[in-house]
Amino acid sequence: MTETRFTEEHEWLRMESDDVAIIGITDYAQDQLGDVVYVELPKVGADITRGDAVAVVESVKAAADVKAPVSGRVVEVNEALSGQPELVNEDPSDRAWFYKVQLADKGELSELMDENAYREISKK
Amino acid sequence: MTDPHDPARELPLHALHVELGAKLVSFAGYSMPLNYPEGILKEHRWCRASAALFDVSHMGQIAVRGSEADAALESLTPADLIGLPPGRARYCLLTNETGGILDDLIVTRLEHGLHVVVNASRRTADLEHLQATIGTRCEIDGSADLCLLALQGPAAAAVIERLSGPLAGWRFMSARNLSPSGIDCIVTRSGYTGEDGFEISVASNAASDLARLLLAQHEVRPAGLGARDSLRLEAGLCLHGHDIDAATTAVEADLAWTISPARRAGGARAGGYPGAAVISHQVESGPARKRVGLKPEGRMPVREGAELFERGGAKAGVVTSGGFSPTLEAPIAMGYVDTETLRSGTALVAVSRGREIPITRAELPFVAHRYFKT
Repeated sequence: MTETRFTEEHEWLRMESDDVAIIGITDYAQDQLGDVVYVELPKVGADITRGDAVAVVESVKAAADVKAPVSGRVVEVNEALSGQPELVNEDPSDRAWFYKVQLADKGELSELMDENAYREISKK
Repeated sequence: MTDPHDPARELPLHALHVELGAKLVSFAGYSMPLNYPEGILKEHRWCRASAALFDVSHMGQIAVRGSEADAALESLTPADLIGLPPGRARYCLLTNETGGILDDLIVTRLEHGLHVVVNASRRTADLEHLQATIGTRCEIDGSADLCLLALQGPAAAAVIERLSGPLAGWRFMSARNLSPSGIDCIVTRSGYTGEDGFEISVASNAASDLARLLLAQHEVRPAGLGARDSLRLEAGLCLHGHDIDAATTAVEADLAWTISPARRAGGARAGGYPGAAVISHQVESGPARKRVGLKPEGRMPVREGAELFERGGAKAGVVTSGGFSPTLEAPIAMGYVDTETLRSGTALVAVSRGREIPITRAELPFVAHRYFKT
């Protein structure tokens, strides 16, 4: 397992292989959202661009866009979330991963925060 | 989590909410609990299964006193207030000249006058409206330092009975004076969840003691505004500023039942409220649009503001409240749909985030009311 990186918009990213990253939302994000009732994921095969809204999380109180932390092609999505959206509240950093993306530009990774930097911005 | 730039007013139970771990949000200028650590879903389900305690002290409580109080207030609403018996409460709409809804209120006849509960967001505007229109005919007093608690759910009655004695014959929409543990309060058997329950008006300096007493009962858990909203949506109840406002009428909102028989054509005191001509015309010929229940297909909630279209065709309405129903485990919504579309039975779609979601008309309420009416 490699180091987890973060965005200012509360997504996390972990490299699964040399050029495929796993992406999800952080514990802070799920806590802010409250009970998640629906997750909309990108389509496998879709080309996504960093900063685009590629997924949506609906909680009982609101909808939130999930932006792509990196550009690339979606290679897999977490089908479990469609039947069990509550996984996002229960285990946001692991079982509730959203999708996997094959990176178009590994240079984008350097734009992401490490855990210490993220902890600073997500202080409650 | 209150925005530091927004000077949301803290209400008397603020310290209790903080102690209970509430997530506080600014609502209508007040710092209010959105939810407690259990979260909205569990609070919602607890209310349907047992009893939930809500602090709704942001709502305005106005006393209207004087020998003419009922006749004066009646001139602002299509409800029969002269005929409101002592101890009874009535749901009323304040109307404007075009028949629009300035606010929705609960008016209760107490010993010393009428007690009016108004929406937080309309509190100041309502007071000004009442002063300006009927201020010379009666005393309008919004200055009492009161809190309002709502105890809602199937176990609420048992809790009130344990603390205050037998409820014998206490029906929905009627009020009593109670003194649980010596705390004087005025309690109405009413609520905003569809459940049996009680709304409790209590002096601010006694509110914390009363709330703690209620929370100490094993059936009771705290719930915030998040659950209050999902509960009222399941119950098909309107939220002012969303489902009803100054541009919607009682008839369009499917609230024509609030127009009392005495105030209808042929009644003892027909008309005589702002917008009566518009309302009376709509009662006779039907409104151009109507508030209905809506069920989106699939699991994605369709939120307020989503536009409604006839499938593959013209615009047919708009969603005014939408969310997820914890009871049905499915998205639900309410909105206005053109009468023509409703009559034709044409299939509808909601457009949300650029996507068309099939949506069908549903009976209201989504979850049956369990008011105590016998």
